[in-house]
Order: sequence, then structure tokens, then C-alpha cells
Amino acid sequence: MGAAILQLRADIEARFESSLEIRKRPGAGLILTGIPAIDTLTSGGIPKGALSEICGTESSGRTALAFAILKQATRQGECCAWIDAAGAFDPASASEAGVDLDRVLWVNCGGNAEHALKAVDLLIQAGGFGLVVLDLGDTPDKEARRIPLASWFRLRHAAERTGAALVALERQVNARSCSTLQIDMRRKGPVWAGKLLRGLAAEAETQKHYRTSTAEFTAVR
Amino acid sequence: MYACLHGTGNLALLVECARGFSPHIEENPPDTVVFDVRGLRSLHGPPEALAKEIERRVGVPANVAIAPNPDAAIHAARGFQGVTVIERGQEAKALAPLPLNLLGGSPETAELLYLWGIRTFGDFAKLPPLGVAARLGDEGLELHRLASGHGYRQLREMVDPLEFEVEMELEYPVDLLEPLAFILGRLLNDVCGRLKSRAMATNEIRLTLTLETGPAHETSLRLPVPMLDQKAFLRMLQLDLNGRPPAAPVVKVYLAAEPVKPQRTQHGLFTPASPEPEKLELTVARVKHLVGHERVGTPKISNSHRPDTFTMRSFAPNQSSAGSVAIADLKDAPSLPRLCLRRFRPPRYAQVLVVNQQPVRVISPTVNGRVVMAKGPWRTSGEWWRPDAWNRDEWDLALESGGLYRLYYENDSGRWFLEGSYD
Repeated sequence: MGAAILQLRADIEARFESSLEIRKRPGAGLILTGIPAIDTLTSGGIPKGALSEICGTESSGRTALAFAILKQATRQGECCAWIDAAGAFDPASASEAGVDLDRVLWVNCGGNAEHALKAVDLLIQAGGFGLVVLDLGDTPDKEARRIPLASWFRLRHAAERTGAALVALERQVNARSCSTLQIDMRRKGPVWAGKLLRGLAAEAETQKHYRTSTAEFTAVR
Repeated sequence: MYACLHGTGNLALLVECARGFSPHIEENPPDTVVFDVRGLRSLHGPPEALAKEIERRVGVPANVAIAPNPDAAIHAARGFQGVTVIERGQEAKALAPLPLNLLGGSPETAELLYLWGIRTFGDFAKLPPLGVAARLGDEGLELHRLASGHGYRQLREMVDPLEFEVEMELEYPVDLLEPLAFILGRLLNDVCGRLKSRAMATNEIRLTLTLETGPAHETSLRLPVPMLDQKAFLRMLQLDLNGRPPAAPVVKVYLAAEPVKPQRTQHGLFTPASPEPEKLELTVARVKHLVGHERVGTPKISNSHRPDTFTMRSFAPNQSSAGSVAIADLKDAPSLPRLCLRRFRPPRYAQVLVVNQQPVRVISPTVNGRVVMAKGPWRTSGEWWRPDAWNRDEWDLALESGGLYRLYYENDSGRWFLEGSYD
């Protein structure tokens, strides 16, 4: 039986070279988020050469976290891409958050998630980008769930190959086992001061080795 | 040393070949080109090897001569078949067998020399210079110097117009993009070849297609960085024509490239890698083809208080300053994240129930619910002199679902809109 398996394995390897090799993920580094609580939670930041997911409902602080990562990446001189499925990206908010817009390629897909997926594939395969954000934050759950796992796997593989940090901004986890890091965002509540909306308190949760860790931060206006 | 190419009826080809070796070229119409080849020994070896290389590259039947001065090279190329190399000091000996009619000069002088029985350069060079000067004057002395192979003049260099444009009239109208791509490929090959021979690149390519009926179809590729990638140009033009095809069959194609110096970038050892410009341009062109031209780029916030005003520019990360903040600085300077707005484009129309001048319920197809907290109104208005002036009252809302939204009331139309959600 063992010999048959070995023979089968040898046949497959002869036909599809290195198909059965266990590929080690390259340690390409991390991108700091600039939020100490989140950097501690994620053991140093968002991993490069990997797919990370930031999930949460509306007003859960996920975009504030994504802009914080984008700010750090652009300040380090990385070229970044923001693939915006719904066209929700606000350049003014990004600029106020400290993002260097000159280093950001914004692709507004006008509500077409399929185009967003194709665009992120083209850009990440081209290489040279340090951070690529796929914003599916306003894409309906049904549509986001229709993205096949094979597409996520392909994106993860491209990120590993090019060393880019690929961040998917979503309402719920879609990439499942393809993502290296999953951050679940929850709103704690708005912060009001007199007649002003001053900020939003949010909680981030990650799971690592079957243990859940949480961190809190406040996005200020 | 100077090289001379002499062929019949193909001066343009000879000039093109000479450009491959030197920018210092003198044209001697109708059939001769002489150019400076000093300093090419390290590239092509001794003059003999250089002459062979020139003969190989010229591609048409032509005589090649290399000599220490331009005139000797011209006479050798015109007088000897094939490849001739004249070493320094051997000019008179090498040119001696040439017939005197190659020397030029006025018909009277030529006739006089003929009557004296002088038939070759060597015969003339043997005459004493003082005697030639006394009998034939300055012209005779100059001709005697040329016959002896002693030249000291500089090249009269041709002025290069630096035009990189090409056009082609088609024998029959082309109504499919695929055959048109073949034609574009050929024209691009021509233009890029010319740019390459002058060590230049381009940052703009203009394409004009004359149509069988109607106005010409014009398109231009503006590149943020100078490039010289023929395949990338062709792919970008194809993508552009696919997205915006000509309205009628094409009868004439005109292609022009704006010449600029190629970009030379010294990358830092510790600066992050950025996309290769050529690859990036092609990728961005593909993404533009996918989602639309105006939807891809780098946003530049306009100098206006009008909400959501920006312009889209080409993405050129290599032209902007690279991040100057050291990683250590980033670690040391944590800052609070900023509350961001996720915009609804276009703003979503909503019905709002107002009690005591406060919104208490929002009803829209996507956002619905009771208002638990509303702060406002904040009035903004501007550009009243324009037809698209804005005048509105903004509210920050928290709905019972937990969502935070920006709502505004348009004073002119009297309607409510949801501008976006805070996230």
C-alpha cells in the first residue's frame, strides 16, 4: 500500500513539478497600524505577503483601522492601492487621517464587486505594491459570499509571491482559511461632546491558536 | 578616424546606419555619408573590425571606407569597391590609384590637369605644391592637398529635425481592430526604433485615425514616466481602441511620439520597491479598461469647501517624494486613528421625520430606523454665483441600529440625503 502511494506521488511529481511540496510562507515583514493596542493584538501589525481580513458592520471602525494602516504604509514610501468595490472611499477623510494620497492608486469600481476582484488580481499580480486594500465594506453579504474560495486562494498566493500586504475590508469573514489574520471589528459606541460627534469607540478581536484576544481604540474626528 | 558610406539611391538608409554609430554625421547627397568614428575602438575593436561591422549593419550594397580625415574617407569610399581602411600617414599612398575625376574642382582646372597628362591622385600629389599654387591658385592648392590625402576640416554635421511621427495611407479601409493592431505595431516599431537610435523615450503618443466618413478619431496616451516599450504602447492603444472604437472604417493612420529623455532613477537600498513604470502603466490601462478611465487614479483634493470635490490624476508614485519617515519614527509616534466617512455615491435620497426641528426617523431603501442621537444642523453653502451652488444643513445621526450617518437637508430643493456613514 505504502509503495503504491509512493509510486503515485512520484508519478504526480514527475508530471506536475513541485506540486506536492509544502510551500513555506515567506516572512516578508509587517506593516504597523500605528495604533498601539492593535499592534499588540496583531503581534506587530499587518503581515506582508499575506491576506488579512478586517470585518465589521457599518460604523464599527474598520475603515478607520484600514486608513491607519494605509497611512503607515504610505509614510514608509510604499505604493498602495485601494480597490473600492462600492465607491465609498473619501479622499478628504483619508487625507485627514494622514494618508499620502500621492502614493495611493484608487480604483472606484462603482458597485461592481466582480470588477473589484479582477482589478485587485491585476494589480497584485503586477507586483511592486506594498499594500493592496480590497474594500468590500458596502458590498451586500450575498454578493461577497459568492466570491469562490479559489479566488481568495489565488489572491493569497499572489500576495505571497509579490510580498504585498493584501487587506480585505468586509462585513463578514469570506476568505476563511486563506487569510492569515482576521480582525473582527465591533462598535462600542459614538463619543459625543456637546453638539459634536467627537469619535467612535471600537473593539477589535482576533483569534490565534484558538484563543480570542481583544483590543479597544477610539477613532477621533 | 572617419567612416564613409557610399551607395547609390539609398541615402536615408545610409544615414540611418550611420546614426547607429555616431551622432556626428555629414550628408553628401546624393549617395555619400561620412561620420565620426573616433572613440569606437573599445566597442568594435580596430578599424578593420569596425568597417566590417558597418558593412554588416548597412544592409544594402555600399562601399565602406575608414580614413584619418573626412575627405580621404569620402574619396576612398567613392573610388574603391567594398571595405577600405586607410591608416594614418598612408593617405597619399592609398589614394594614389584613384582617377582624378573623383577630386572635383572646376571644369577648367580639371581640363588643364588632363592636358598636363595627370590622370590619378598620385600623379597630382607628386607635383610640387609651390608650383601648383603659382599655376592654379588657391583652388589648385586645395585640390593638391586633397589628392595628397591631407585634410583637416571639421564635419558639416546635418541638423536632425527630431521628428518622431509616421503616417500610413491604407490601400483599403480597415474596419476591424485586429488588422489595425498590426498596422499600429508596425508604425510603433518605426517610431520606437527612431527614438531608440537617439537614446530617447516618449511620454506622449498621439494617434489620429482618418475615417472613411465623419471626423477623424483621435486618441493620445499620456504617460507619467518616459517609456520606450513598444509592446506596452501597442497594448495600451489596443485597450483604448477597444473601449472607444472608431466610428467608421479607417483609411489613414498617423502616429506621433513626443521625444523626451529617458528616466534614470537611482533606487535607494532601503526604500521600498515600487511597481515598474512600464508594467504599472499597462496594468493601470487594463484596470481602466475594466472599470472606466475616470475611475482610476490618484485623487487630488480640490481647493474648495464644496463637499467631495477632487480630481483624478495619473498614478505616478515614482515622481512623488518617497516616504521620508523612518520606521523608528513611526514606532515612536503613535497617533489616534481618525473617524472616517464612507461616502454614498451618489448621496442617497431619504425621507426624514422631523419633530421640533430635529430628525427623529430616517426612511430610505438601505438605511432605515429611529434616530437616537442627532447633532446639528451645520450649515454650509458656497459658490452662489454658479448654477450648481450648494446650500445645505448637515446632521450627524446615530440610529437605533448603531450606525452613524451624515445626513443633510438641501435648502434649495427641500430634500434630505444621506451622504455617508462614519466608520
